[in-house]
Amino acid sequence: MTFLSDPISSIGNWLENFLIGLGLAPNFSALIVTAIGAFVLAAFGLMIVLLLIWFERKAVARMQDRLGPNRIGPYGIFQSVADTLKLLTKEYITPAGADKVVYNLAPLFAVMAVLGIWAVIPFAATVYGSDINVGALYIVAVGAIGVLAIIMAGWSSNNKYALLGAFRVVSQLLCYEVPLVITLLIPVMLAGSMGMNAIVMAQDTWFIFLAPLGFLIFLIASIAEVGRAPFDLLEADSEIVAGFNIEYSGMKFGMFFVAEFLHAFTIGAVVATLFLGGWRGPGAETYPILGTIYFFIKAFIVYFIVVWARGTFPRIRIDQMLNFSWKFLTPLALVLLIVMAVQLKLVEGSPTWVYVTSSFAVNVLIAFGTIHLLRSFARRERKRVSEERPLATAPESDFQQI
Amino acid sequence: MSPLEIFFIFSAGITLVAAAMVVTARNLVHSAWWLILTLFGVAVLFALLNASFFAVIQVVIYIGAISILIIFAIMMTRRVAQDTGPKFNKDWGLAVAVSLFLFGGVTWMLSTWENFNIAPPTMPVDTDPLRQLGQALVSPDAYVLPFELASVLLLAALVGSIIIAWEKK
Repeated sequence: MTFLSDPISSIGNWLENFLIGLGLAPNFSALIVTAIGAFVLAAFGLMIVLLLIWFERKAVARMQDRLGPNRIGPYGIFQSVADTLKLLTKEYITPAGADKVVYNLAPLFAVMAVLGIWAVIPFAATVYGSDINVGALYIVAVGAIGVLAIIMAGWSSNNKYALLGAFRVVSQLLCYEVPLVITLLIPVMLAGSMGMNAIVMAQDTWFIFLAPLGFLIFLIASIAEVGRAPFDLLEADSEIVAGFNIEYSGMKFGMFFVAEFLHAFTIGAVVATLFLGGWRGPGAETYPILGTIYFFIKAFIVYFIVVWARGTFPRIRIDQMLNFSWKFLTPLALVLLIVMAVQLKLVEGSPTWVYVTSSFAVNVLIAFGTIHLLRSFARRERKRVSEERPLATAPESDFQQI
Repeated sequence: MSPLEIFFIFSAGITLVAAAMVVTARNLVHSAWWLILTLFGVAVLFALLNASFFAVIQVVIYIGAISILIIFAIMMTRRVAQDTGPKFNKDWGLAVAVSLFLFGGVTWMLSTWENFNIAPPTMPVDTDPLRQLGQALVSPDAYVLPFELASVLLLAALVGSIIIAWEKK
């Protein structure tokens, strides 16, 4: 019965007992089981990418009134397998003047940075990689390695477009890391802990109801961190060919591709853990396998939103990207964090419904205030743009003051 | 030797080698990569000391922010990143002597310290070092003044950089 309700940890326990039975020291066999668990988790993460690529192609195709892949297997589900095989047989090309070691390390780091996040995400009450007490910060730290991988790829390729792409990536990632980390503090503040398990356990009411605005900012900033449409100007094909990964071929390119898709799904997993109650749901405490199912359903819903945004929005320009982070998301996140800190201190110790409604109300109020501000700003801008100006001005007139 | 000690020696060795490579690598960008490896090694040492918060903060701040800015600055100068001159100047012997003297002194000091073999006190299961650190940083009895001063210093640096970058109207 325990096997049916909690298969993953009972297999782990069985294996550990089996190894101890063979005569291994208990801490050594625990080490072996942990290593196997890490391997299985990583393999699962890489396997799920095949499904994700198929799903995304299919979903975006439907949004654009196409059919998408439909030849290999039912509904074309094995298309990504065929694509992977094709990538595996391709030739590896190293450009002349490339920095060989760095060039080959970059794809590894890209995948590593994404898979590293999975180590702290709890999949069920009993199934998690590691419950470190700084889980939320760990996610930020691992993200830094991802930035590093992209710089490595862009710099070592000895290609102008790759370098330009890397510059764009770094500026975008540094920009959006600020609102991302600030809104990450909101679930931490609500749960009173940075451990991912503690954050999940604190969500008797999902944090999306306590901080809907925080959820939105976090989701937008995360999409920008992956560099997906509408924030895909870092690999904008029409401007800089393919950005940082232009020189990569075969499976080395495939690894960047895998990292991107897996990262998009990882966003879903992180958002589901931080804001949607993680594995929690009816019956998940007694039957951990249910928790895993709930978790993946939630993660997939968020992933679908990311795909949806990709299929719907046009790409933004680089000045819009910078303005949107520094002039809009960052101040908004800061205001939200400070106001919520004060509000949570004020309602400390009051019954749950006061706590929930006041947090929700604070979020809605700030959202309304923001929309009002934006509207008056847009009105002023429209007036300014519609004013008549001389068709051309002498260039000297701009420099008169200096 | 326990597995922890083996791991410590391994990671400390990597850190030292990487640190040496930072100052001897010919290519400035390679130096930066080695610097990142060194800083990562320090993070591993923090993790081995059970200071998970410092380990993560080390990665976030030194690798995620500072090193990336260093690389960013170096990448702007692609053609001059390669150094062709001699690696050492004529005072290298003196430098070796001074650093050996310092290292020997520190080692001697530590070897005379008799508390070496005391096992670290086992903490009660329910202690949360992170919470204690946070409370110490804002409690008037502990470190609130240095903490606030450091914040003011950082704020001043932030304002100063904005003023420097400000477009003159």
